[in-house]
Amino acid sequence: MENNDTENLIEVKNLKINFDTYAGKVKAIRDVSFHLKKGETLAIVGESGSGKSVTTRSLMGLNADNAEIAGGQIMFHGEDVLKKSEKEMQQIRGKDIAMIFQDPMTSLDPTMKIGRQIAEPLIIHNHVSKKQAMAQALEMLKLVGITDAEHRINDYPHQFSGGMRQRIVIAIALICYPEVLIADEPTTALDVTIQAQILKLMKELQEKIETSIIFITHDLGVVAGMADRIAVMYAGKIVEYGTVDEIFYNPQHPYTWGLLNSMPTLDTQSGELSAIPGTPPDLLDPPKGDAFAARNPYALKIDAEQEPPFFKVSDTHYAATWLLDPRAEKVTPPEAIAKRQAQWAKMHTDDGELVRPATPLNTADNLDDSDRE
Amino acid sequence: MAKYLLKRLFYLILTLFLIATITFFMMKLLPGTPLSNESKLSHTQIQMIYHTYGLDKPVWQQYLIYLAGMVRGNFGLSFQFDNQPVSYLLATRMPASFQLGIQAMIVGVLLGIIVGGIAAIRRNTWVDGTMTVISILMISIPSFVLAILLQYYIGLKAGAFPVAGWGNFSYTILPTIALAGSPFATTARFIRTEMVDVMSSDYIELAKAKGLTSTGVVYHHALRNSLIPLITLIGPLTVNLMTGSLVVENIFAVPGIGEQFVKSITTNDYPTIMGITMMYSVLLVVVLLITDIVYGIVDPRIRLQGGRS
Amino acid sequence: MAENANVSNDAFEPLGKEEHLDNEKIAAPSLTFTQDAWRRLKKNKIAFISMWILLAILVLSLAGPLISPHQPNNAQPAYTNLPPKIPGVHIPGLDGTKAVDGGRVDAYQQQHVPSGKYWILGTDYLGRDLLSRIIAGTRVSLAVALIATLLDLTVGVGYGLISGWRGGRTDMIMQRIIEILSSVPNLVYMILLLVVMRGSLLSISLAIAISSWTTMARLIRAEALTLKSQEYILAARTLGESSWKIAWKHLIPNMSSVIIIQTMFTIPSAIFFEAFLSYIGIGIQPPTASLGTLISDGQKNFQFLPFQMWYPAVVLMVIMICFNLFADGLRDAFDPRSRE
Repeated sequence: MENNDTENLIEVKNLKINFDTYAGKVKAIRDVSFHLKKGETLAIVGESGSGKSVTTRSLMGLNADNAEIAGGQIMFHGEDVLKKSEKEMQQIRGKDIAMIFQDPMTSLDPTMKIGRQIAEPLIIHNHVSKKQAMAQALEMLKLVGITDAEHRINDYPHQFSGGMRQRIVIAIALICYPEVLIADEPTTALDVTIQAQILKLMKELQEKIETSIIFITHDLGVVAGMADRIAVMYAGKIVEYGTVDEIFYNPQHPYTWGLLNSMPTLDTQSGELSAIPGTPPDLLDPPKGDAFAARNPYALKIDAEQEPPFFKVSDTHYAATWLLDPRAEKVTPPEAIAKRQAQWAKMHTDDGELVRPATPLNTADNLDDSDRE
Repeated sequence: MAKYLLKRLFYLILTLFLIATITFFMMKLLPGTPLSNESKLSHTQIQMIYHTYGLDKPVWQQYLIYLAGMVRGNFGLSFQFDNQPVSYLLATRMPASFQLGIQAMIVGVLLGIIVGGIAAIRRNTWVDGTMTVISILMISIPSFVLAILLQYYIGLKAGAFPVAGWGNFSYTILPTIALAGSPFATTARFIRTEMVDVMSSDYIELAKAKGLTSTGVVYHHALRNSLIPLITLIGPLTVNLMTGSLVVENIFAVPGIGEQFVKSITTNDYPTIMGITMMYSVLLVVVLLITDIVYGIVDPRIRLQGGRS
Repeated sequence: MAENANVSNDAFEPLGKEEHLDNEKIAAPSLTFTQDAWRRLKKNKIAFISMWILLAILVLSLAGPLISPHQPNNAQPAYTNLPPKIPGVHIPGLDGTKAVDGGRVDAYQQQHVPSGKYWILGTDYLGRDLLSRIIAGTRVSLAVALIATLLDLTVGVGYGLISGWRGGRTDMIMQRIIEILSSVPNLVYMILLLVVMRGSLLSISLAIAISSWTTMARLIRAEALTLKSQEYILAARTLGESSWKIAWKHLIPNMSSVIIIQTMFTIPSAIFFEAFLSYIGIGIQPPTASLGTLISDGQKNFQFLPFQMWYPAVVLMVIMICFNLFADGLRDAFDPRSRE
């Protein structure tokens, strides 16, 4: 919201989305704003039900029938996506904004050859001949690392393993060289070793194709080596956002602390992981103050009354917690977080340059060393 | 695949053998004989008639003769219909039944696909509601009631089509409609459920995310995936048509198998009952085998594994 | 943007443990599975209305002997083929007149019916009261359907449970048997059985059940196979509970929705087959009325006295429609996936 860079590809402003259910209106997205710059990777992190997927699906106009946009704008190339007709959206989908889904086992049409599935967006959007589209599909299949692509292009999805299928899904998403790629938990359904391969592939392809990525995940570890910036979502709101380093080494929101603490790192000494107690609030009737207050050991009295605004930590780093209010007393974060913050202080050279620590904090950081099949 | 086919063929023959055996012995259990109404016949006359039909031999011999005959397509002589061979009787009556059955199957299934598909796409709208009401009505109206109503109101009162009998194509129209009711409704409901299921699957969402139009999504992805399981419905639909043909052919006086079956039942014409029973069973078993093979060819997931189970 | 003026300073005190917010409060009402299904069923107006119509028909047919104006099998040769007459109603078709050569003739006068006598739905070709026969016939049809469904339920559930639970060789053999049975047209069983046994309430029910239990057995087997690998079943087995007890306490309750839904689809199909068999003359034997025999009788006079077939046919169709709609509604109610 603060950013006035001209390079903003997508700007989501004050987005509010409700779902009509029998029990009432579920306020799934409650005032969300973020932006995506050209070529960058933005990770949206949060537990299930926090509204990550709903937010990104509304970028493509793909929300369920009972979803209702209650307010806000999604600017893409200076136009509000939310105001576009279904027909106009169809021209954006798959061409300018593409999507990778969570479960590669179910996201491919079981009765269609994969080559045809990859070529389909090209035929729709670029109006190329079928032959040409298949030739490009073959290229893309090679690009995503399917061996023996010439033969396998005529295979059906069930003849591929989960990791291979996710590569095919990625090929479908990238065939039109989209400006924005939305990856909705693309590795959650995969084995850990395959996860690393897919992440690496996405990173490589991002450079080749020059696409921006919105990476949705519930796993902070996955985004560490992947994202440029992170937005942490909780109960339909973004609670903290900043660069990867800011979120990992200088987190300010107690929810982010909780997320980081529940993630295994190489130097989790005791081998003990702490969980965030309790459950997210029921969004049918969101709490009056800070939605996280009930699970927050650092909650202040004001949290029960008023929602915290965003407090600026740096030009790129904002967090919505009353703890940052100058009137609030300083609290001592959990030990592990304090350690991270200490490291953050050491990471800066005298002129403010950032130096990454030699030993990576996170498992997924060392992508390049991860085992290959 | 070859192994699978052989296995299927073995079960097919076993099934038919069991049906033949059960049919035979059930008929032997019958209290009445075909001659019980003809009390005027003398003892010698009865003996002669029994001899003609082979009824004087021990039961096990009759059984073997029956089985041996059946393999050669010989079902014995009809008790009632001029002592014609049952196989001849059936052969003369097959064309009409097959024509009606195939016409009804095509009309019913095609209309069912269209109606069910539209209902699924326009889910939870008035279109869906109307389509559902139509298919519920068609499932709930028994074929014989439908046939009588069609015959009276469209045949007799409106005079649009011949009321009964068998001749040119116009004679087939009313019985075809009466027969098509059940396959139509079954298909429509099946396709709607199947399509609603498919439409909520991940690959449909991916197809939407590719930028396909809603017709594109339906035509290229949803329809194809819902039509494949429809193949498994062909078997049950064939049974539906057999059931329907019994009464519909009777009502419209169509010289078909179904009409013959009802006549044979009411006149205790056991050889003919057994013959038709076997014919229906063979027909169903063959249809099931064919649909299974076709399913394997059409569905890529099964094709490469060489059949299910 | 970070400043907020109208907040008192003590607002920034930590929130005490005792005043910690209730984080487990759930705004949506909590419902059990059955309550939830019932709520969804009630929301489905059509299914709900169908249920009430079916209940009404059931009650009427059971109370038949009490409310029938006449004996259903009492033939009165003097009063044959009388059209419906309701005293005081002057709508053609309900006033005792019938269409003859373009005009309407008072059939009651023609046949010298005493002035106090009337038949609400008219009489049949033997002078029997159609209304009483329809009530009696509905009772017979429903009885056949219920007995058939009960048989189907017992055999199907039992067979499916054993097959699915025992697994292995037993399952293999039992499945082969089902495969063979289901490749015989069910029509063939029914007709053969009835040709041998002659139509009676029990034999028809048996014939219908024999041809339909395989579907139930297959469903239950599939269900049993899934449940078998569930952890709570495993726990019960580890604790040494007997198979019978597990089946009764865990399997059947968890399959209840499948069983109920399948039952609701079996009933209309049984009603159809009863009518069908009676219609072709091997089902319920005269003079006992059933919806099938009534339609068959009515058809003979359809051209001149269409009401004789229309009334039983309408009752049959209403029952079928309501059962199908109700079953649809139940399926939707029990399977939350099928609606949002």
